[in-house]
Amino acid sequence: MMNEKKPTSLLYLDGVSVSFDGFKALNSLSFVIEPGELRAIIGPNGAGKTTMMDIITGKTRPDSGEVFFKGDIDLTRRDEAEIAQLGIGRKFQKPTVFESHTVWDNLELALNRKRGVFATLFYRMTLEDNARIEEILSTVRLSNRRNDFAASLSHGQKQWLEIGMLLAQEPELLLVDEPVAGMTDAETAETAILLKEIAKTRSVVVVEHDMGFIRDLGVKVTCLAEGSVLAEGSIDFVSADQKVIENYLGR
Amino acid sequence: MLTRLAYRSLQSLLVTFCLLITVFATDLRAEDDLRAMINALGEGNFSQTAKQVEALAKTGDPKIVPALEALAAGDLYQRKSDKQVFLTKSSGGTLILIDPLSGEEAGTEASGALAKIKVNNSLRRVVRSALGGLTLMSPDAGTRLQAAQTLLRTPSADALEPVETALAAETDARVKLVLERARAAALLVLDRPDDEKKAAIEIIGNAGGQDSLSLLSAALASADDTLKPDIEAAISDIQDRQALWAAGQNVWYGLSLGSVLLLAAIGLAITFGVMGIINMAHGEMVMLGAYTTFVVQEIIRNSYPWLFDWSLAIALPLAFLVTGAVGLAIERGVIRFLYGRPLETLLATWGISLILQQAVRTIFGPTNREVGNPSWMSGAFELGGLTITWNRLWIIVFSLAVFAALLFLLKKTPMGLQMRAVTQNRRMASSMGIRTPWVDALTFALGSGIAGIAGVALSQIDNVSPNLGQGYIIDSFMVVVFGGVGNLWGTLVGAFTLGILNKFLEPYAGAVLGKILVLVLIILFIQKRPRGLFALKGRAVEA
Amino acid sequence: MITSFLLKSFDRTIVIAVAIILGLALIVPALNLLTAPDHPLHVPTYLVSLFGKYLTYALLALALDLVWGFCGILSLGHAAFFALGGYAMGMYLMRQIGARGSYGNPLLPDFMVFLNWKELPWFWYGFDMFWFAALMVVLVPGLLAFVFGWFAFRSRVNGVYLSIITQAMTFALLLAFFRNDMGFGGNNGLTDFKDILGFNIQAQGTRAALFAASAVALALSLILTSGMVRSKYGKILVGVRDAESRTRFLGYRVEHFKLFAFTVSAMMAGVAGALYVPQVGIINPGEFEPGNSIEVVIWTAVGGRGTLIGPIIGAILVNGGKSIFTAAFPEFWLFALGGLFVLVTLFLPKGIVGTVQAWRAKRKEYRKAAEDEAARGQAVAEPVAAE
Repeated sequence: MMNEKKPTSLLYLDGVSVSFDGFKALNSLSFVIEPGELRAIIGPNGAGKTTMMDIITGKTRPDSGEVFFKGDIDLTRRDEAEIAQLGIGRKFQKPTVFESHTVWDNLELALNRKRGVFATLFYRMTLEDNARIEEILSTVRLSNRRNDFAASLSHGQKQWLEIGMLLAQEPELLLVDEPVAGMTDAETAETAILLKEIAKTRSVVVVEHDMGFIRDLGVKVTCLAEGSVLAEGSIDFVSADQKVIENYLGR
Repeated sequence: MLTRLAYRSLQSLLVTFCLLITVFATDLRAEDDLRAMINALGEGNFSQTAKQVEALAKTGDPKIVPALEALAAGDLYQRKSDKQVFLTKSSGGTLILIDPLSGEEAGTEASGALAKIKVNNSLRRVVRSALGGLTLMSPDAGTRLQAAQTLLRTPSADALEPVETALAAETDARVKLVLERARAAALLVLDRPDDEKKAAIEIIGNAGGQDSLSLLSAALASADDTLKPDIEAAISDIQDRQALWAAGQNVWYGLSLGSVLLLAAIGLAITFGVMGIINMAHGEMVMLGAYTTFVVQEIIRNSYPWLFDWSLAIALPLAFLVTGAVGLAIERGVIRFLYGRPLETLLATWGISLILQQAVRTIFGPTNREVGNPSWMSGAFELGGLTITWNRLWIIVFSLAVFAALLFLLKKTPMGLQMRAVTQNRRMASSMGIRTPWVDALTFALGSGIAGIAGVALSQIDNVSPNLGQGYIIDSFMVVVFGGVGNLWGTLVGAFTLGILNKFLEPYAGAVLGKILVLVLIILFIQKRPRGLFALKGRAVEA
Repeated sequence: MITSFLLKSFDRTIVIAVAIILGLALIVPALNLLTAPDHPLHVPTYLVSLFGKYLTYALLALALDLVWGFCGILSLGHAAFFALGGYAMGMYLMRQIGARGSYGNPLLPDFMVFLNWKELPWFWYGFDMFWFAALMVVLVPGLLAFVFGWFAFRSRVNGVYLSIITQAMTFALLLAFFRNDMGFGGNNGLTDFKDILGFNIQAQGTRAALFAASAVALALSLILTSGMVRSKYGKILVGVRDAESRTRFLGYRVEHFKLFAFTVSAMMAGVAGALYVPQVGIINPGEFEPGNSIEVVIWTAVGGRGTLIGPIIGAILVNGGKSIFTAAFPEFWLFALGGLFVLVTLFLPKGIVGTVQAWRAKRKEYRKAAEDEAARGQAVAEPVAAE
């Protein structure tokens, strides 16, 4: 059943296992993301959510299993930079922006332009790039802080700046790790709207603990536990699953 | 240790005792006869002298040995006036006369008043075999052993007879073994049947060593075709064994170097490996430990010389306290403000190392200071084909003991538990009531203290100067990084691996190039495994 | 493309700094050559060489700052790049001695004759030509840095590990250059130089010219590094320093960015070494001492890492202090230097320039806030006035 989906899918994981010093972080994990899909991933601590992202983005190599992007690009043979250039963006759990750069510079660096040493050495800002950055600034509501250092932003604003940087990267697949951790309720709601907006033009995978937020998103949910898929389906279907309740919700 | 010493002194006592007995046992009449026979050495031609030598040898009296030795060396003279024979020692234009039997000086004479007793090669051979026979019959086993070894080294056809006689009478197993070899060596140079020679070749081949090798090589040159393969086989056999022993010796040197590296690095394994502090002043802690030893020895030399053999035992706890206290001061005064900024710690501790070096230079002077070896750490002994010095052996034992103690401290004591807790999860440890700042300070003091006691040991084999620590700092970091940061066993394996690797490269590349190669290998190794030999893996390890 | 790169490199501070350095390149030699020895403004020749030495140190510190201050790579191998550049220049100067050495051998330097060598080792070929030596001054350190960095950065050797292995590299080179059979003069190194480009190396005019050359090299390097750090490349470099994984996940090959900076920096260090050697008249393996590399770090830290002017100021201040200190209280210099290491890391982590910058930024912010306050006050006040 999995193999049939391989050519049409955007992201395809099959039988991916990885262990650290005997501890199985992922145990034959398989799932598929379709183009344009917004998917939420839930699961208890240690379920392997972050390890899964590490494998997709090339930070960790799997011990066994296949990871394919856009049908035939083998991600297990590529490193982070290459995978990023292919069009997979990643937002970390802890907001990671360039604190000693301004908001504007952060976005400029994230823009999807030539990324070689000499190309950047002789790079000149074009009108087009300028406009693009302005556009993203207004999307993530940071226009009035463009000249401030990222270090001076609030926690929520940093999360948004990071999402903005991912947008500038123009990825086809966006991996978002706990985007609303530490946000106020209002910010959380706005983030849900923003992610849905983004998902109109690209696929997004969101790892989150906040069940309310996932309900806000209203998308297909995959529940991981002990390194493999426990259940998959709508939020109501998954949260009614006996195994999910035992492993995650019930605890 | 002590038994060995006692044995040695007992041995020399026995030897003196035996000598005294022989002196008193000989009666005066026999001495007169001997004197007459020695005087007769000055008469007649070479063959008559040879007969006289043989006659002397028949007496079996060891007292004639000096006279015969002097004859062979050409130091035996006859006084023209009274035909008396003397040993001589030249002193300017005149010769000092020495009585051939008592060995006492008996005045001087102008060299014109004396006639040298001439020797030729055949006479020398007679003398030598006579001497060999004489000493072979000595009541002292040590003397017999020496004589047998001499005969083994310089085999001659004439030696066969005395050797065989001695062999028949010999009771001491050690002497017997050497005598058998000496007999074999004599057989080799004689014209004997092949099977007898083959047996001799086998005996010598089994004996091994450089001497046997030269005996066999000499025999090979003159041997006929039937014997050649046997000799060649024996030679290559000896060479194989020598290569094996040489490799063994290299392993030993490597272990020795490894133990030094372990001692130098083990404190760093705590401060750098466990706490993550780049302590560039680590080498200076070693240096302070060595200077503590120096001060302790100075006081002992001046006031309590009988304690000298205990000086290291006294210096150990003192060095631990001194360097531990300095370490505590450094942690409280500087490092605690720099946690989480490893590169800044590197700079600050480098500054501290400069200050400590200069302080020691100001107090003790820039030159090397003398730190003595206690008697139980000097000398060497042989183990098969290995030469093992006592100080190196003790340092290996000591480094392993320190390692074991540290492992015990970290794994089995409450203090160790707290240290591990703090390094693994500072905030959790803190919220469980562990006073983390104190644990930090004590851990650093512990690492420094261990560097100090390493300094006590290293003072025994290295020059104690203000630059002592500089020589160890890079090596120590290499060991810890190579072994894997945060893993004590890694440090142990790393230290001995690097030690042995270094010593095996040395014969091919020379000492300096060998060291360069090791450094390059480590640099390449770190490319391959950036976290060392025994690295922690997994998600938790964030670059 | 190049012009835009250069234009970007000039801001007010850099323009002023370059102007001062180039001014020195003119004024100091002029005061040395054109004034009489008893003139109050006369600069004696030994001081010209001393200041020239400081300028080469400043260049070395600037090189280190490019990788440490802007990219977070604490290299403890910059003394090695400096010394390699110095050796390349030293080899040229040795070949210039020709038959004037003690042994009068037209081809072999004295130490080779002394070691009974019959012919020139292959790696000494070409060093009789200045252009070749000048090329080697940048190529040899650059190549070493490139190869070393290629392996190290690709394997993601980071932070203190990188510092430790760069130190090991320097130490290995130190041991190697001490060996006589390496062919670089062993323990004694290269010395007794006579000419450079046909001019007597001891002559007053040559010394003044060397000073001017050092100043020009420093000014050019300052413009180059300024252009680098102000470009998008430089921003990414800072990004690597602050959040390496973010840079990676944005699609930049971090190892290439580090490698480029490391190699350029090593080349600059090589140039500094090459200018240093003719001014001090000797190069020996002592220059590879691991302690030297660490000392460069402290110059940079004192002046302010991550600023371009800082390392220059730091190198000159610390070395000026060293010259004065070692003359007045030779015993205490190491205490002072050691104390400097501790005090700067504890109390002045941003260095002199960094602290001044932070202070000025704070004042500016304060003033801006005050202006905003005033503006708001006025905005409130105006309607009242209108009434």
